[in-house]
Amino acid sequence: MGLTFPLIATVTWGAALAAMTLRRPVHSALALVVAFLGLAVTYLTLDAQFLGVVQVLVYVGAVIILIVFVIQLTRNVGLPSESLAVRPAVVGVGTAALVTGGLISCLVASPRFHIERSGEGTAPVKELGEALMANYVVALEGIGLLLTVALIGGVLIATRRPAKKGS
Amino acid sequence: MVPLHHYLLLSTLLFGIGLGGVLTRRNGILTLMGLELMLNAANLNFIAFWRHQPSPAPADGLLFALFAIGVAAAEVAVGLALIIAIYRRWRTVNLDVPNRLKG
Repeated sequence: MGLTFPLIATVTWGAALAAMTLRRPVHSALALVVAFLGLAVTYLTLDAQFLGVVQVLVYVGAVIILIVFVIQLTRNVGLPSESLAVRPAVVGVGTAALVTGGLISCLVASPRFHIERSGEGTAPVKELGEALMANYVVALEGIGLLLTVALIGGVLIATRRPAKKGS
Repeated sequence: MVPLHHYLLLSTLLFGIGLGGVLTRRNGILTLMGLELMLNAANLNFIAFWRHQPSPAPADGLLFALFAIGVAAAEVAVGLALIIAIYRRWRTVNLDVPNRLKG
């Protein structure tokens, strides 16, 4: 095992930690960009080139841009930053640490997961496209429908005028 | 070559970070970011298991991750629209403020 994976893993995890702990939402979004890029590189080390490109396109290109837009739209000048900070953190962090510790102890204890990869595991884009158009065509149509509904629903929810008080 | 459990460890740690963020942050946008981190950890698991299966089979694991990315994109669109609606009504994105279902 070279130095590549520990480096990528450290950068990704550190960026994710920064995204969840930084005080300003814009800084969090920028840290999240680094985390998503690190995940894309991890996909590349797993021979999933297409998924790495999709990760950059969808998450860094679309989701983060959307999040930054919403951060700018909902910026509240008068709001003290304290009220956006961490709430009784012990419960949340304790729960997360408990779940993570349990999962990691299972992971390390079980020999089932200590597998080396074997053979050439490349999936060319052509093969992916053929699988999408043959075996998974219903799921593909379903996800198209889901995205359309999400688009219409998002526009409807975000543009509806709030009701007047007392009406 | 990196064995499977290293990838699983990374994804578990990412999931834990996302879970901690969702449980501790009040800002709705930050909560959505934590959700995205958890979904990405699941995707990393899909791809790692796909790559480490005994026989290099068709790209089922990859397609699973691909569909998960699509569903996550739809989810983040609706979630951010909800946050904008909450902001227009209450002038804040603090999730503790909206406490009524009636607009």
